[in-house]
Amino acid sequence: MKLGDYLGSALVAIRLNPMRSILTTLGIIIGVASVIVMSAIGSGARQQVEQQISALGTNMLTISPGSSRGGGRSGGAGSAPPFAQADMDTLVDRLPEITAATSSLNVNAALIYGNANWTSQVTGTHAEFPDVRDWAVDDGRYFTPEEANGGAKVVVLGSAVVRQLFGSASPVGEQIRVARVPFEVIGVMATRGVTGGWRDQDDVAFIPISTARSRLAGNNLTVPNQIGVILAKVSESADMRAVETDIIDILRDRRRIGGGDQDNFSVRNVAELVSARRAAQQTLTWLLAATAAISLVVGGIGIMNIMLVSVTERTREIGLRMAIGARRRDILAQFLTESVVLCLIGGAIGLAIGVGATWGITRLADMPILINADIVVIAIAASALVGVVFGFVPARKAASLNPIDALRYE
Amino acid sequence: MADAPLIACRDITKTYVMGEQSLQVLKGVSFEIARGEFIAIMGPSGSGKSTLLNLIGALDTPTSGKLLIDGADIGGMAADDLADLRNRVIGFVFQQFNLLKRTSALENVKLPLLYASGRGGDADTRARKRLEEVGLGDRLDHTPAQLSGGQQQRVAMARALVADPQLILADEPTGALDTETSNEIMKLLTALHRTGLTVVLVTHELEIAEYAERLMRFRDGVLIDDIRQTPRIAA
Repeated sequence: MKLGDYLGSALVAIRLNPMRSILTTLGIIIGVASVIVMSAIGSGARQQVEQQISALGTNMLTISPGSSRGGGRSGGAGSAPPFAQADMDTLVDRLPEITAATSSLNVNAALIYGNANWTSQVTGTHAEFPDVRDWAVDDGRYFTPEEANGGAKVVVLGSAVVRQLFGSASPVGEQIRVARVPFEVIGVMATRGVTGGWRDQDDVAFIPISTARSRLAGNNLTVPNQIGVILAKVSESADMRAVETDIIDILRDRRRIGGGDQDNFSVRNVAELVSARRAAQQTLTWLLAATAAISLVVGGIGIMNIMLVSVTERTREIGLRMAIGARRRDILAQFLTESVVLCLIGGAIGLAIGVGATWGITRLADMPILINADIVVIAIAASALVGVVFGFVPARKAASLNPIDALRYE
Repeated sequence: MADAPLIACRDITKTYVMGEQSLQVLKGVSFEIARGEFIAIMGPSGSGKSTLLNLIGALDTPTSGKLLIDGADIGGMAADDLADLRNRVIGFVFQQFNLLKRTSALENVKLPLLYASGRGGDADTRARKRLEEVGLGDRLDHTPAQLSGGQQQRVAMARALVADPQLILADEPTGALDTETSNEIMKLLTALHRTGLTVVLVTHELEIAEYAERLMRFRDGVLIDDIRQTPRIAA
């Protein structure tokens, strides 16, 4: 008997009970659909992390106030004193491996140009910011160290803000008001786009950190010359571990932390941060694989159950086929084909639902998701495998029937 | 080979073992069936006639004795070899037709050719020809549910003939049919016999048995009567 004949009789048998066939494959359908959706979300998130790595660069250290235990926030971010400008300057002075460092203070403020009004994130930074973040100025210039420390009223706009306030005209040289204070626009940052997925990176305005301190954030500051999280760019050739240790030593000394006490700040490597997030995603992937495996096993048991019913119902047919010359392997192959076809139909329906749901999520939730060709192949192969594994017992039962008894079966 | 009997039974017995009990259903039966014969086998329930039919249909093997079908000793043959032998030599006709439901007459008739590894030829043409021979050339696409009992049995006969067997084994072929249809089926069997086919018929109706040229009667696992008779439709 040829494969086409097995397929033909499998389709006839499945069509005989369309409702039952669909219900039987429900486990497979749900299993495959959830694998498709979950893995699409997973690989979307992974892609997002990859983009963040390339946006930040791997030779970057993040130094933030607050304990490093339990993810760095368990000590209560508010309880640890923030960094001052002198902390950052000392690090840069004493550690030649740090090629550039910057920090930021963020506030939300209204930006006004003529009649146009736009509320955006206003970030006070140092002159080194474009270098550290590897973010070029497209038009005009960034502020100088003197402006950064001298409280100059200059602003560099993100491209999204320019679009909102100026349309297509160049804003360089124009005056805008930032929280009612007049500033001169001196430059426009290059467009970065929506990499994170949740926030437009170009919807931002940069001003000197000293200006941000005195003009905008005055009431929230607790130490003189306060700065935020420090981003330090380390030279490519330096030993990251050694630099981290040096930073910790200097900061412990400056913050007067005694020998046995915990650090009240944390130094993190961007690469470490990323690998931690990767590990979390790996866990998610395993969880997903386990869920998929369970639903496929449950689906497989459903298939086995219905195939056993089918073998019993069609005992006379099996007897007849044997009487007219079917060998045991013909019967085995026929029922195996039937269960594999059943599973593949379930897999195909699950795939369609999964792709449809993924499409729906992309449209509704604005989440970064990505359907991987590998996962589609794996899901279909897994359904076929379920068909073989769980179809085997019923098929063997059919093949081992005695033709005489099978023919007489009522 | 052409002169050798199609079926030769020598002192065959069949014993069924059920748990601790064993039941001897055939108690030493010997006979031969020559090529081209038309035989009716009769006997009450429990006479062993169904067991005998299973044996000469190569569905089962004897407990002892020698059974040759078309020259092949089926004692100790593997299940797959028996299946091959059945496919090559024997065409079965059953009381309950045993057609695949929701499957067209043509597909039903083609079924044996699917298992005839390499000998199938153009299955479609062969099945079509056989259906025309049994008078159903215009019902090729009908499913069993769309056919009358007599038509279904004729589809089953076309199926039995499609692989060009040497022996037609008919187990109560008219048991589920009315008298008129029964006679039509018997006329068809007689016509097949006249083309040179060997026909073995199991029945408990004497009227049906009268179509055959030779009548074998069984009782309690023993062949008690083996006579030649003039068939109801004279040659």
